[in-house]
Amino acid sequence: MSAISRLKYGSPNRFEVLSWYFMRVSGAVLLLVAVLHLLIMHVWYGVDAIDYRFVVGRWASPVVQVYDLALLLFAMIHGVNGTRWVIDDYVHSRGWNLTLKSALYVLALIFILMGATVIFTFDPGTSETALNAVAAALTR
Amino acid sequence: MASAVASIWQGITYRGKEGHYAWLLHRAGGLGIVLFLFLHILDIFLVGVGEDVFEFFLFIYHSAPAKVFVMALLFGVFFHAFNGVRIILVDFWPDKFSNMKMQRTLFRLVVLVTLIFFIPTAIITVAPIFGVELALSQFFGG
Repeated sequence: MSAISRLKYGSPNRFEVLSWYFMRVSGAVLLLVAVLHLLIMHVWYGVDAIDYRFVVGRWASPVVQVYDLALLLFAMIHGVNGTRWVIDDYVHSRGWNLTLKSALYVLALIFILMGATVIFTFDPGTSETALNAVAAALTR
Repeated sequence: MASAVASIWQGITYRGKEGHYAWLLHRAGGLGIVLFLFLHILDIFLVGVGEDVFEFFLFIYHSAPAKVFVMALLFGVFFHAFNGVRIILVDFWPDKFSNMKMQRTLFRLVVLVTLIFFIPTAIITVAPIFGVELALSQFFGG
């Protein structure tokens, strides 16, 4: 059996197959969701129209909240997985490879939590998010 | 480290014509977009920190030099999106799309569609620098 047929029919790396497939599926989703977001912000409203009141006003609608969460999750996971591929392509030292990827995952998790927190817990009445309550409890 | 530099250099200097340019732009654009994504999450997070802080950092989008970066981002996103469609076509229907001739046609189509989206968007982006507001909502009452 040649090396190539072993690669093809031996034991495929299930995670990498799923990762490859996920990039196509999430890419197709982002083609609609991210490009539409960009067209709405840059072509319809124009970036200069965007200020604090604009952003806060958007989240009054649950539809926008869910849309923004979809954007956050799809873009972030698609982007982090792409970055993982790039790190694997160029960084062959085991230590550096592991360090960079670990830092990437931790950073991505923190940023996803930051984004989700402000989308869903921002209170226009008090202009605060859930994090303000957490900070207040910690510093009391 | 030396091997990383060598493989990056080979990735840039390999002369593979359309397929190579598509791969290079897709990768460079993807990295740029993910970098922007982190910045974007950070600046939106500032909404929860306070109105003054959020509005202060808006210069990263509203100032004239920032428009250059916004345009690079717009081009990157459009190219990455439409080149992604090319990748899906080639990967899922290789019988139809993976021959050299079709690959070349598809790449040219990707560049064309990218420019069709990018040029008007870029004009709308730089117009405010010259005191002209072209965002569509004001013409159609948004």
